[in-house]
Amino acid sequence: MRWGVVVFPGSNDDRDALRVAERQLGDQAVALWHKDRDLRGADVVLLPGGFSYGDYLRCGAMASCSPVMDAVRAHAAAGGLVLGICNGFQVLCEAGLLPGALVRNRSLSFICDLVTVRVETIDTPFTEGCHPGELLALPIKHGEGCWVADEDTLAALERQSRIVFRYVDRAGRVTPEACPNGAVGNVAGVCSEGRNVVGLMPHPEHAVERQIGYNTEDGLKLFRSAQAWLRRARGPEAGGPALVPGP
Amino acid sequence: MPGVLARVYVTPKRGILDPQGKAVQHSLHALGFPEVGDVRVGKYIELRLREVGKDAAAERVREMCERLLANGVIEDFRVELAEDGR
Repeated sequence: MRWGVVVFPGSNDDRDALRVAERQLGDQAVALWHKDRDLRGADVVLLPGGFSYGDYLRCGAMASCSPVMDAVRAHAAAGGLVLGICNGFQVLCEAGLLPGALVRNRSLSFICDLVTVRVETIDTPFTEGCHPGELLALPIKHGEGCWVADEDTLAALERQSRIVFRYVDRAGRVTPEACPNGAVGNVAGVCSEGRNVVGLMPHPEHAVERQIGYNTEDGLKLFRSAQAWLRRARGPEAGGPALVPGP
Repeated sequence: MPGVLARVYVTPKRGILDPQGKAVQHSLHALGFPEVGDVRVGKYIELRLREVGKDAAAERVREMCERLLANGVIEDFRVELAEDGR
């Protein structure tokens, strides 16, 4: 199957995302330019981290208006899988594909750290391979990662189990101290009503090889989940390349 | 037809935490302005519109605010329109 990674001017985690798809998953990966009008046959679209358009106006605001986003919207509306990481999450919120908004961290500091998130629902293509309540160690690096929404929106998301990840302490407890950026309800990630669009501030694509960074490969679980989901959705004979380990 | 100068003020919504405003408030207190209460930091955007009347401009600028200039989840906006003689 094929992963499409959108590259906006200022994206900087696109290579890591492409690398996960090719090396860790053994899938095809294609970079999509922000001016592209189609997704070049991508089965799953990934909006990577970075500083698209220099974070002008608001993080993700300009990117949400770029030509490729019409194709992403159509893909999402048809039930296609979309994952937004960090700046990609901001873009999806700005595009109205995910609820809420991401504002300046409460501390006003840019934070680069390893955090623990709890999987709040396994009813999404990106988390179905996790256990309910599973704790994942994932890195964050953002200045504007404080997710906010009004009370009604938050209540509706809780009711519909659309909060996908929460920041927790190492024992899995939701505490104010465990929330790095001040996000409402410790929310680290949410999904769309159709559950096929997921966004999160932490970086699963930076947590796929133990040798690199924080000695965690918990991020792989999200990618493997989506891969398994897509294989199932496409049926056995559609196949796609067999799962082969990277070189 | 002369143009219109639109002045757009974008501010954080009431109830949305504004850590920037808080930091500015603290700094002003430190500088000896204890009378400063709530501070909200927003954006000011100036748009010059060509060949458009004020009524039409009001509608267009409102749409621009809703679609791009402000994020309704976290921000309010206010628009002032003036004839642009330039």
